[in-house]
Amino acid sequence: MLQIFVDPQYNFIGRRRWAYLISIVFILIGVGSMVAKGGLRYGIDFSGGTLIQVRFERPVPVERIRAALERIRLGESVIQEFGDPREFILRLPLVETSAEAVTRQVQEALGKDGSLGKLEVRRVEFVGPQVGRDLQIQALYAVLWSMAGILIYVAIRFDLKGGFASIAAIIHDVLVCLSAMSLTNREMSLPVLAALLTIIGYSVNDTIVAYDRVRENRGKGTRKGQSFESQINTAINQTLSRTVLTALTVFFSTAVLYVFGGKVLEDLAFVLTIGVVTGTYSTVYIAGSLIVDWTLWVEARSRRGKKVMAKA
Amino acid sequence: MRRNLPLRIAIVAVVVIASLVYLYPPPGVRDFLYGPVTGAPTSNPWIPRTLNLGLDLQGGIHLVLGVDLDKALEAQVERATGTVRAALEKKGVAVGRIQRRGSTELVVELASPQSFTAAQEALTELGSFESKEADQAAGRVVLALRPKEAATLRELAVRQGLETIRNRVDQFGVAEPSIQQQGDNRILIQLPGVQDPERAKALIGKTALLEFKLVDDRMDPERALKEGPPEGTEILYQRRVDKETRQESRVPYLVQTKTHLTGADLSTARVSIDQTTSEPYVSVELNTAGAKAFAELTAANVGRRLAIILDGNVHSAPVIRERIPSGQAQITGGFTSEDATDLAIVLRAGALPAPVQVLEERTVGPSLGADSIRQGMIAILASTALVSLFMLVYYRLSGLIANVALGLNLLILLAVMAGFHATLTLPGIAGIALTVGMAVDTNILIFERIREEFRSGKTVRVAIGAGFSRAFKTVIDTHVTVLVSGLILFQFGTGPVKGFAVSLMIGILASLFTAVFFTRLIFDLIYMGSRKVETISI
Repeated sequence: MLQIFVDPQYNFIGRRRWAYLISIVFILIGVGSMVAKGGLRYGIDFSGGTLIQVRFERPVPVERIRAALERIRLGESVIQEFGDPREFILRLPLVETSAEAVTRQVQEALGKDGSLGKLEVRRVEFVGPQVGRDLQIQALYAVLWSMAGILIYVAIRFDLKGGFASIAAIIHDVLVCLSAMSLTNREMSLPVLAALLTIIGYSVNDTIVAYDRVRENRGKGTRKGQSFESQINTAINQTLSRTVLTALTVFFSTAVLYVFGGKVLEDLAFVLTIGVVTGTYSTVYIAGSLIVDWTLWVEARSRRGKKVMAKA
Repeated sequence: MRRNLPLRIAIVAVVVIASLVYLYPPPGVRDFLYGPVTGAPTSNPWIPRTLNLGLDLQGGIHLVLGVDLDKALEAQVERATGTVRAALEKKGVAVGRIQRRGSTELVVELASPQSFTAAQEALTELGSFESKEADQAAGRVVLALRPKEAATLRELAVRQGLETIRNRVDQFGVAEPSIQQQGDNRILIQLPGVQDPERAKALIGKTALLEFKLVDDRMDPERALKEGPPEGTEILYQRRVDKETRQESRVPYLVQTKTHLTGADLSTARVSIDQTTSEPYVSVELNTAGAKAFAELTAANVGRRLAIILDGNVHSAPVIRERIPSGQAQITGGFTSEDATDLAIVLRAGALPAPVQVLEERTVGPSLGADSIRQGMIAILASTALVSLFMLVYYRLSGLIANVALGLNLLILLAVMAGFHATLTLPGIAGIALTVGMAVDTNILIFERIREEFRSGKTVRVAIGAGFSRAFKTVIDTHVTVLVSGLILFQFGTGPVKGFAVSLMIGILASLFTAVFFTRLIFDLIYMGSRKVETISI
């Protein structure tokens, strides 16, 4: 029998302060990079604008395209190679004119420069300012609603404490994903949002498995004198192999998608991959640890309360 | 637990056969399941033809248009001017000016303040307006469109816009277009496989309000431009393009504001070719009422010029030579034959009740779509291969069973998508690739539990039974959370992203059947037989 963990006895919870530190440092770096870059970059889905994907007959230097576009003065445009030296994404800011007028102008400008050769417009996306704003608000609601949904489910299935610890883990995962995006210069788009929502649903899975185990163990009768801290740690260890294995297969899928799925799906696959890793980590270190700290804090307070009462 | 084996085998068999039939229907069944016409055949032989591909995979245009509802109300309120005037005059109230204010109000000025009471009485009888302000001394009443009426008109405008666009698209000839209302004032249009997006958009987005107005010759247009047009007239332009230099010039016309006929008075419009210049033009035929009005108009204005105006642009302004009783008119103006065809289409389909604005547009060329399909297929295959290999190495025979279950899962996923006419998009393909990784998770949860039970000293059969039943609760938990975020994503997402939610949710639900029900059946068949089993390949 092939097995990755044989009766694991790792002391996860005991080292939780280190985990907190690592998470906080990573998120601080990520948030710092977001601040330094003037916020997370929004794709045209959210910011509005025009995106044109073109393919040339042969590889073309970016500077030539930039020079050709500067002549028509459409404002600050972003030019990116897109998976192939012949293929580019041109992102143009919102302008008064319509998408096809912009496309035509771009096509003419690029056509005029004979050295660029023939080109094919493969994709045009135009998002007006109204739609972009609507999507931003809807996206926020979507994230909040799915968190609320999960909070309610975990609270009903287990308890409110577990629900809040799960939400904390989810927020942690989302922040890690956003940090990773900022550090790798990726932009927030609709597919990325889809990936984030999926991670929100997925990352809580392992947490539920671990909580469920705590309850099951209690049902069997815990060893006398076992602290809550140690109960959680035991449950995490007992479910460790399935936590890691399930994450591993999903990781295989998302990594394959990242490598083979093509440029259009790359950001979505990236966020899913990061999310699977951090989702597994947060089950062990964030959700489990927070619930322990919370319980310890509540116990400490009630003890203090009793002492005060005794004195009085 | 070898209960109901024949029934369980039968259920699995039915599901497999049904899935295959839905995905690859035999010719006769196909029409029964999907109706006589189904999507354009895909160029990729690997994709079953019963799957409905999204625009990002087969190429096409996705448009979201916003209907300018204020403009629609303005037009309606403007039109009500006549009704209000008639209602007042019927009661013998002389009316001065009636002017629209904002998009929902009319300012009525009476000829004399004495008739104020009579006027107020007459105005209360108007169903769709209510009196908002009244100034007896000045003889002025401000009417406002009732909020309920305004809401109805807004709704009507969107519905009418939807209908008109549907007519135009039908006449343009697009296979399987989708035109739907989205939110309060938006229209979502999806045109798969359209080759010329610019033309399609011009055709859909044109308001196509055709108006016939008399040219006012009392003043030179140039002077009117400087001094402002006299009351009851306005300045409109004709756009002329020089054929040689391709320079565009704008010629001003002074026309009367009163509209004598509109596109609503047309019975049909078609393209004709001028015999002498061989230039295409659009000939229109008026309906009975329109023809009568046109005959009267031409009879009364022989020698004057009649401006034919489309969306506020003068197309031509021919001189009326004689009374025209036939109700035939021609719209000329240097058309290409494509322009003329499209104009005839929009005139036949009718005008949009209000201008529309492109809020969102996504156009994907067919070559990009084909690339996306290829890359997506590779991703799904590679993901399946890697995950299957892992399961096989880690769980051996049980891994093989899980892999068969995974294959069944993909089959059911695609069949359900075909059966419900769900659209497969590129993010949807990503959802399938992700489903591969998540579907085996259910098997992993079960297998790990069986291993654990087995290690704790239980016999094979007891371990299997306990493994399945104990893991089941966990399986439900994990499904619920993914479904919660999937549903919210579906609710929120547009187009392609919705496809991601759809394939993920179907895949996750299918895994309940394949990873639990089907896998259990196979385990029962192998291990729960009469012979004694001591070991389990897991």
